[in-house]
Amino acid sequence: MNARAIRSKAAWSMAALALAVVMFAVIDILALVAGKGAAALNGSIFTTMTTGIAGGLQNAIYGTFALVGLGIVLSVPIGVLAGVYGALFAPDPVAKFFRFVAEVMAGVPSIVIGYFGYTMLVVAWGFGFSLLAGGISLAILMLPYIVRATESTIRQLPHGYMEGARALGITPADAFRTILWKPALPGVLTGVLLAISIGLGETAPLLYTAGWSNFDPNWQLTKNPIGYLTYVVWTYLNEPYSAAHRLAYAAALLLTALVLLLHVAAKGLQRSTPAQ
Amino acid sequence: MTRRRFGSKLFAVTTGIAAGGPLVVMLVLMGVLVRDAWPAWRFQGLSFFSGTVWNMGNMYANTPIVRAGVQGAPGASFGILPLVVGTLYSSLIALAVGVPIALLTAAALVYLAPKRVSMWLSPVIDLLAGIPSVVYGLWGVEVLAPFVQSRLGPWLSHVLRIAPFFHGPVGTGMGLLTSGLVLAVMIIPIVTATTRELLAQVPRLPYEGAQALGLTSYESVRYVAFPWVSSGVIGAVILGWGRALGETMAVLMVSGNAANYLPTNIYSPISTMASTVAALLDSALTDFTGLAVHALALIAVTLLAITMATNLLARSLVALGRRGLEAEGERR
Repeated sequence: MNARAIRSKAAWSMAALALAVVMFAVIDILALVAGKGAAALNGSIFTTMTTGIAGGLQNAIYGTFALVGLGIVLSVPIGVLAGVYGALFAPDPVAKFFRFVAEVMAGVPSIVIGYFGYTMLVVAWGFGFSLLAGGISLAILMLPYIVRATESTIRQLPHGYMEGARALGITPADAFRTILWKPALPGVLTGVLLAISIGLGETAPLLYTAGWSNFDPNWQLTKNPIGYLTYVVWTYLNEPYSAAHRLAYAAALLLTALVLLLHVAAKGLQRSTPAQ
Repeated sequence: MTRRRFGSKLFAVTTGIAAGGPLVVMLVLMGVLVRDAWPAWRFQGLSFFSGTVWNMGNMYANTPIVRAGVQGAPGASFGILPLVVGTLYSSLIALAVGVPIALLTAAALVYLAPKRVSMWLSPVIDLLAGIPSVVYGLWGVEVLAPFVQSRLGPWLSHVLRIAPFFHGPVGTGMGLLTSGLVLAVMIIPIVTATTRELLAQVPRLPYEGAQALGLTSYESVRYVAFPWVSSGVIGAVILGWGRALGETMAVLMVSGNAANYLPTNIYSPISTMASTVAALLDSALTDFTGLAVHALALIAVTLLAITMATNLLARSLVALGRRGLEAEGERR
């Protein structure tokens, strides 16, 4: 074997090693969370509320669902309509500009959104630490992903759909209402699922907007702090008690399992979008 | 106008209004942040970036001091140089460690692994991008920090004892190196996914041509395939960099939360801009002059400006890379 062949072999060995290292990291993270989380998980986690540094996670689970739910309710209608505009109605430069805005927005660090939520929603608008302040912050975070998913899905539909509609004299709006929405639906839903998984995993935007509560959400929109799972992972790990650590691991396991589930569902949906 | 046409028009207009949503949110967000940050900028000026002391001042004082028309507690000083250094260094370590691994991994997935294997491995690596950052933090605290403290740190310190920044007491394992490594793991899926996608689009012919000319498979990938997609890959790297600069929770958990401390070696505790905003807002609220909150807003503005700049650069490079690929494809 000459020197070049040896170098090639060496390079590919490095590549294989890198792949192995990455896979090892994934498996190590999942194994840590699954192992310690499963040991901490029991029925009462789902049925009791947090008391001090022990108890269950019912309040945090419900709180997470409420916050993410509100975030979705606020961001999906605006995001989907904005995506439809970008794909169907906007003149090219306008569509380009809105895409640019969505990209900038997707790059805003989540803690910056958290600060904005605090100073604008919590203080200036007087929402206090609350479901509404947290939900709006999450909605801001999710919005660009939904816009992008919707627009790119509609743009990637086979051109024939739109051309056929045009040939029949159907307006773009009617074409969307009667035909295009259906093949676009899986792609849009994929975007929504990913937005949910991003919202589930966020902490920074909620720290100073949602606050924390040891009690179940009481469906008050404002002034009432609300708990969420990522807070438990972050805070309780710093406590010197093993009961607190167990809760942190249980919360981490729930979050990771949910994210995993959403990713699998998204992958499944992606397959059912017609290709160009 | 028939009712139908009117309905169509109405739908189009509604979507147009919704499309303005993200723009309005971004403008309001930037406006509010700049307005909030303004007093801190007037009070501190350029020394905000060069100062090394973050001190809210004497909170028990009765009368505030006034500088440039802005009230602050006596002794108040807001310098973020240690945070800038912490942010920059940790993100650069993340790039130095993460990018080579990500590029090699992408190459392995496209060229080395059998299709059926990479079909299964790719989504698993993509999943890495979706794991919540607090879970990364948890892993950093439980696995990585002890590893750095007891194994990697002492080993590096010994092997690189002539390199000044690598030699020194390893400490608790919470610090610059651990933050950089956690960030590396977080950006690997971003860079890997884009690179893999781009490499898979490289036309078969030039690659085969390179091999026909007698290049080894490594040389064909290194000198033909990678240059083909280089601007897109650089874009993905910068995108990952932006993510590392703005990451809050994972870094907050493993950085050691140094206050007013410039790192003396790679194991030193640090703080980053993002983690500081998260960590200090609570205490900043106790500043009776309100200046500390404004100073945090100024950090947020700085962070926003940096991440926006890196993001725009990255997006335009990725777009350039894609366009290049399409153009090459058409010419054929």
